[in-house]
Amino acid sequence: MADKLKVDSGSRLRFGFYWAASCGGCEIAVLDVNEKILDVVANADILFWPVAMDTKYEDVRAMPDGHMDVCFFNGSIRNSEAKEIAQLLRKKSKVLVAFGSCAHHGCIPGLANLHNRREVFDTAYHREPSLDDSAGTEPKTKTRVKEGDLSLPEFFDHVFPLDRVVDVDYYLPGCPPPVPLILNAVTAIFEGNLPAKGAVLAPVKALCDECARNKHVAKKMPDIRRTWEIQADPEECFLEQGIICMGPATRAGCETRCINGNSPCTGCLGPTPEVTDQGAKMISALGSILKVDAEKEMSEEETKALLDKVKDPVGTFYMYGLASAIINHRRGK
Amino acid sequence: MGKLIIDGIETEAAPSKTVLEVARELGIKIPTLCSHPSLPPYGSCRICVVEAIWKGRSKLHTACTFPAWEGEIRTDSEPVRRLRRNILELMLAEAPEAEDIRALAREFGVEQTRFPVREEKENKKCIMCGLCVRVCQDVVGFAAIGFENRGYRREIAAPFREPSDACTACGACSFVCPTGAIDRRLFAKVEPKPIPSEFDQGTTSRPCIYTPFPQAVPNKPVIDTRNCVYFKNGNCQVCAKVCVPRAVDYEQQDEVLEEEVGAIVVATGFDLFDMKTYGSYGLHRHPDVMSGLDFERLLSASGPTKGEVRRPSDGKVPKRVIFVKCAGSRDAEQGMPYCSKVCCMYSAKHAILYKHRVPDGEALVFYIDVRTAGKDFEEFYKRATDEGVNYVRGKVSKVFRRGDKMVVWGSDTISGRKLEVEADLVVLATAMVPDRSALELARMLKIQHNAHGFFTEAHPKLRPVETATAGFYLAGAAQGPKDIPETVAQASAAASKVLELFSRKELTHDPNVAAVDEDLCSGCGICVDVCPYKARELIERKDGKGWVIKVTEVLCEGCGACSAACPVGACQQANLKDKQIEQMARAGLQD
Repeated sequence: MADKLKVDSGSRLRFGFYWAASCGGCEIAVLDVNEKILDVVANADILFWPVAMDTKYEDVRAMPDGHMDVCFFNGSIRNSEAKEIAQLLRKKSKVLVAFGSCAHHGCIPGLANLHNRREVFDTAYHREPSLDDSAGTEPKTKTRVKEGDLSLPEFFDHVFPLDRVVDVDYYLPGCPPPVPLILNAVTAIFEGNLPAKGAVLAPVKALCDECARNKHVAKKMPDIRRTWEIQADPEECFLEQGIICMGPATRAGCETRCINGNSPCTGCLGPTPEVTDQGAKMISALGSILKVDAEKEMSEEETKALLDKVKDPVGTFYMYGLASAIINHRRGK
Repeated sequence: MGKLIIDGIETEAAPSKTVLEVARELGIKIPTLCSHPSLPPYGSCRICVVEAIWKGRSKLHTACTFPAWEGEIRTDSEPVRRLRRNILELMLAEAPEAEDIRALAREFGVEQTRFPVREEKENKKCIMCGLCVRVCQDVVGFAAIGFENRGYRREIAAPFREPSDACTACGACSFVCPTGAIDRRLFAKVEPKPIPSEFDQGTTSRPCIYTPFPQAVPNKPVIDTRNCVYFKNGNCQVCAKVCVPRAVDYEQQDEVLEEEVGAIVVATGFDLFDMKTYGSYGLHRHPDVMSGLDFERLLSASGPTKGEVRRPSDGKVPKRVIFVKCAGSRDAEQGMPYCSKVCCMYSAKHAILYKHRVPDGEALVFYIDVRTAGKDFEEFYKRATDEGVNYVRGKVSKVFRRGDKMVVWGSDTISGRKLEVEADLVVLATAMVPDRSALELARMLKIQHNAHGFFTEAHPKLRPVETATAGFYLAGAAQGPKDIPETVAQASAAASKVLELFSRKELTHDPNVAAVDEDLCSGCGICVDVCPYKARELIERKDGKGWVIKVTEVLCEGCGACSAACPVGACQQANLKDKQIEQMARAGLQD
């Protein structure tokens, strides 16, 4: 892939940034690079960055194909605009990087896949108590007014990660991607040292590898507790304390930033290379260690009561990965 | 050392022993009343009196306290008999109601006493030998009874003639009393608690030192340390005193033996279903409702009634016995869904044996099906019906007491009638369940078992005596309900499998094992306890940076539990990797 980064105009690389369905945190993460961004700017031109620069889609359309060396694309594909720009940027960039969990796996916007467009509109535009819904207004792709036709992008039934609509070269995982991973990626780009296409630019091991808590034991989970139910011991593994921590099923690379704040991992860096479905893997792992000493004596009711302690299974196991899971949206009604 | 002649038999004088002991060794009978091997001789009853002749002089002396010096002893001379008659007359005056004394007196030709009876004495059986007092004080160490008053007013009593807490109703006093004079209610506040015999299903009691059952291996007595007086207060030790080879050792401890073995055959056997969910059948509530195993003991010549069929409540011979099959078996709601397999045949056997013991009795069997799949089984069932055992097809709904009868409500599904039958005894063919120790053992050995706790064989048809774990084999009811011939066959097969294993020069192993990809393993430890074969352990990485799983591949049986548990796909089974399975699923779903 490194040869893709050979550039036409001198030694300066041409970058682009874009946001689709996202919260904006990824843009902040770019700025979190702090003064190092100056090194980037010193060696690169930023051609397109809607959040920070006054550039238009027309400017991008005017570029020759492959004009930009690298495009960092954050946000998931929620509507036709995001899809169209993703396809445009794919054409105009030599390297397209899915930046952050939304582009990588769908992330929080992907949880909308528990519902379809109709339900999302009903909730957002009709059932919202703070809205006056007397006119029944909701977004439409075409609206005729006396000045002419107005158009809005089409809101899709479901949310997609970036690689469902265009070919993606690399992934920078995280919600948002941790600064060290961003710097590693940028350095690799400048040095022409990128790995094989399709790689996730993060360690291959799970977070337990980085985690400093006591965990070198045969793991058992005594119960399911929520974080407010106990004062978690900051030295001990969350799972051993009954708190669901997605760390074992989640890529390392974040330097355990949540765990350092005594909060369990929620899984934003996504699964490790051998795993297709992070949530399913974690459910399978928990099933193997949850109350194993007592499960033989437990009645079906007790087992059900135990499982009911997971108050939001999709939000727990698929907070970031629902849109890219094997079952990636609700089927049927 | 000189000679001692007892009743003309010459022996060595042995002053360390008493005349009584030496005479008994020679087989000479001397009557005793106050003597007991657990206590030193006391000489209080005087009945063992003998004539000692030394250097031509004769004197009368109690044999139990007289050393076996050289000389001559006559145990049955006229002076001896005369004195014993006098002693017995005195005893008859002291204890006119003591049957044992009357019998002994008759032996010596004494029918009447010339002495006045002590009318004011309360206990008319007690001869005041004091054996009970000595046993209570010196043997069991409770000192709950003693002598009261002096001289002609003397009696045996508890302090202040009131039952006391000191007496535990152990029964040692009644046990040693030569005349059956003890009324424990005068001494004890508590009722005696007989220790139920485990082997007799609690229908009889057993002592604190006992041989577990007649064919026990090894056939040696054991001490029940929870009930033994010695283990309570350090007293008694009677068993050690009476044991001639001095084999009783209270210091012996339970030993845990560690053995290295090449194979283990699991043969934990079975237990009976506890019938708690069958309250309406009245087992444990009515003495005359019993399990098949209880009835088996009742039929046994070494059982509580020496083989006579007598019902527990009143000892009467039952004239109608109802056998209820499938009590707990083949009932997914209240009991066990499976067939316990042996009940049809043992119920037929019980009914036949009952008919033999009580020819005018009636045996009635309630059944769902009669399953006689086995060699000569159908013929045996036919024999039962030919010998007059009645079979009724239907389930029993309720068993209850009416007067001294048990009433059984059931149905006859062939004639379509509801039945109410009175019986003297009800025998339930309770379901077979795994022994209660099996589950713990399964966990220890990590052998799989089914929902009911029966161990699972490696393959139901092709590997019926092996488990999924190499080196563990199954035999008998631990694997599922089965009868004796089947158990013996399976046990023989298991033994052959073990020999076959031991005879191999090299052991082979299925290559389908789960390894670990150390580049992916983050050392989370989730797979360690999941492995049923203890093939996985967490070790520190060589570079010291974190932890990683180490797999002992020969222990792995390729079950895949770790692959399911591993949250990163670092441990995957050879040839069955997640992505391979995913591809298989995709290919399969393409049609």
